[in-house]
Amino acid sequence: MNDFTSGFWEIYIAVLTVVSIIACAVLLKAQTVKRPRGAKVETTGHVWDEDLREWNNPLPRWWVWLFYITVVFALVYLVLYPGLGVYAGAYKWTSTGQYEAEVARVEERIGPIYAKFTAQDVKTVAADPAARAIGQNLYLNYCAQCHATDARGSRGFPNLADGDWLWGGDPEAIKASIANGRNGVMPPFGPALGAEGTKDAAHYVMSLSGLPSDSIRVARGKEKFEQNCVACHGPAGKGNQQLGAPDLTDKIWLYGAGEPTIIETIANGRNNVMPAWQERLGDAKIHMLAAYVWGLSNRGGTRQAGGPDVVAEGK
Amino acid sequence: MSTAAETYNYQVVRQFAIVTVIWGIVGMLVGVIIATQLIFPDLTHGIAWLSYGRLRPLHTNAVIFAFGGSALFATSYYVVQRTCQARLFAGPLAAFTFWGWQAVIVLAAVTLPLGITTSHEYAELEWPIDVLITLVWVAYAVVFFGTIAKRKTPHIYVANWFFGAFILTVALLHVVNSAQIPVTWWKSYYVYAGVQDAMVQWWYGHNAVGFFLTAGFLGMMYYFVPKQAGRPIYSYRLSVVHFWALIFTYMWAGPHHLHYTALPDWAQSIGMIFSLILLAPSWGGMINGIMTLSGAWHKLRTDPLLKFMIVSLSFYGMSTFEGPMMSIKTVNALSHYTDWTIGHVHSGALGWVGMISIGCIYYLIPRMFGRTEMHSVGLVTLHFWVATIGIVLYIAAMWIAGVTQGLMWRAVNPDGTLTYTFVESTRASMPFYWIRLGGGLLYLSGMLIMAYNVWKTIAGRKATDAPIPAYAPAHA
Repeated sequence: MNDFTSGFWEIYIAVLTVVSIIACAVLLKAQTVKRPRGAKVETTGHVWDEDLREWNNPLPRWWVWLFYITVVFALVYLVLYPGLGVYAGAYKWTSTGQYEAEVARVEERIGPIYAKFTAQDVKTVAADPAARAIGQNLYLNYCAQCHATDARGSRGFPNLADGDWLWGGDPEAIKASIANGRNGVMPPFGPALGAEGTKDAAHYVMSLSGLPSDSIRVARGKEKFEQNCVACHGPAGKGNQQLGAPDLTDKIWLYGAGEPTIIETIANGRNNVMPAWQERLGDAKIHMLAAYVWGLSNRGGTRQAGGPDVVAEGK
Repeated sequence: MSTAAETYNYQVVRQFAIVTVIWGIVGMLVGVIIATQLIFPDLTHGIAWLSYGRLRPLHTNAVIFAFGGSALFATSYYVVQRTCQARLFAGPLAAFTFWGWQAVIVLAAVTLPLGITTSHEYAELEWPIDVLITLVWVAYAVVFFGTIAKRKTPHIYVANWFFGAFILTVALLHVVNSAQIPVTWWKSYYVYAGVQDAMVQWWYGHNAVGFFLTAGFLGMMYYFVPKQAGRPIYSYRLSVVHFWALIFTYMWAGPHHLHYTALPDWAQSIGMIFSLILLAPSWGGMINGIMTLSGAWHKLRTDPLLKFMIVSLSFYGMSTFEGPMMSIKTVNALSHYTDWTIGHVHSGALGWVGMISIGCIYYLIPRMFGRTEMHSVGLVTLHFWVATIGIVLYIAAMWIAGVTQGLMWRAVNPDGTLTYTFVESTRASMPFYWIRLGGGLLYLSGMLIMAYNVWKTIAGRKATDAPIPAYAPAHA
């Protein structure tokens, strides 16, 4: 790719660069004078502010040579590396090329390691300690920022270790979540329900998982729920993994369980995004990650129901 | 007007010298606060205008433009008068530069915490403040070059070349890098976009280092070091060569801030080679300053002002060696985005800029009030040691933290995954953040000692302006 808008500029910058470097050497040469051996150094004869004078010592030799060395280095560098307009340099080096070569070198080294696991199914990979170590390294660098180092998530970021899944917990669903990302949208119902209607619906939702609720509001809220919520959350409030609609009966709350939070969710809706990693990570790494994440709640029957996100807000 | 009655204009020098101390304390205090925030991120309880992102530009603006800028105004006005043997040209305009510059500083201190910023590093101030800076700077140039024009001495002293280059270049840098389209009173957009914007920014940013923080302070060095040492400048010829080489070469070095970015490879290469060529011209200034002391080394033992000046030149030599090394692409691949850069900047800022300014202000303050020495020379010596130990702690801590970060970020497991997560490198840096905070606190306490000493020196004293002696041509 050419960085210049016209052929003039590539020549302009190349000539200017070379002339400038050589000008440094010319300045240096012109100002280097040999002092006759034994000659006494004089001042320039000028005096400022009563007593400010200047010796006329010659340039220190070592300093002159240091300067020349940097000039020569610069010229040699410009022959070997890109720097003079579109001239690519004798080594044909580019920063993009350096990056690609480094990536290719690593890919070649790790290719066989990943090939072994890619050929296995996710459940087999999850049982392999070596694969789990790789999966954990990937998880800590790419996933832990949101889902936390212990995979127990935080407010708005799902717990991945509790066996409860918004979009499905089988290996293929987990892979799809990582590869393509997810966008969980709950529309706002505040305008349709009004303040009282929203509160009633919230109390009905709270009753589904046995949270303390007002029985009159629950009765009124049931009607609102059947009119507005069942399409996604189902008649029993059990949710729908096709849509990423959460189960409202299981005491697991993505945004918290308190009345104010549930009212906020119903009134304003929610919009939550998990980014897509396919392009960044590729099939092999996603395979390893899916196995690691699947293993968190399935391996060895250590299914951990109830992470920290069960704890109700405000208590 | 009779020449016998004419005095130098010390009023504006006095004002700038005193605010240098005040803004130094303010700027360094903000530095200590943000260093503490890096250890305790919730130190200011999430209050937006005390958050790190807003205080950090306040810190850099305060130390560079308020502390460093005031020191440059004070010393350049003093030096240009004394070496031209002429009273400052356009006195009212000089007074305007003082009050205008103080207004700029106060506006910065209000707008930056409010989150009003252009987001260009070291040029964060919004366009109305940019306009005020331009007015002040033009007035500064008129006063400075006007004084040069009415000089009684036949030759222009070398310190004034450096001050002059600093004033002209900063004007150019400021105008080009502030080309913005205003949208409202406090919001504007740059006329440049993308990688061009980045290149203009770092052309500005690196020359702000080269001219604001180097050429100007070399001007200080060329007057106050020979004055305090009582010796002639080591080499006139060296000053000529390194002056022209320095101001010419600095202009090219900016792209080294953009290694391994979207900036084309050829531009990165040019930035790197000119940064390397810059080593010798930079060292020319250090050699000329330190060699000026040859034959008077014993004075270093007793004179704390010379201690400040010579140590400052040593830090100048060290950071101008470190800079070219860090501009080499291979080294930069390790050092970039780590605390090594922070260490490098502070060896220049605390070591070179801070120490030379402090030395010169200690020289000026008593002379502004008809004295020859500070109230307590012992306290000046104490300040010197406290500040020096502070700098050493600061930069050593940042070197170790920076190299640690660079190595941890690039460490790769046999399976191709990263060995360390980012947060692990943060944890590894924590002990060094504590040491850095200690170093910063020491440097700040040095400034408080200085403030006390300055107060005791001028309390009850009358401001005194020295008479301009009749010019008598010297016969060599």
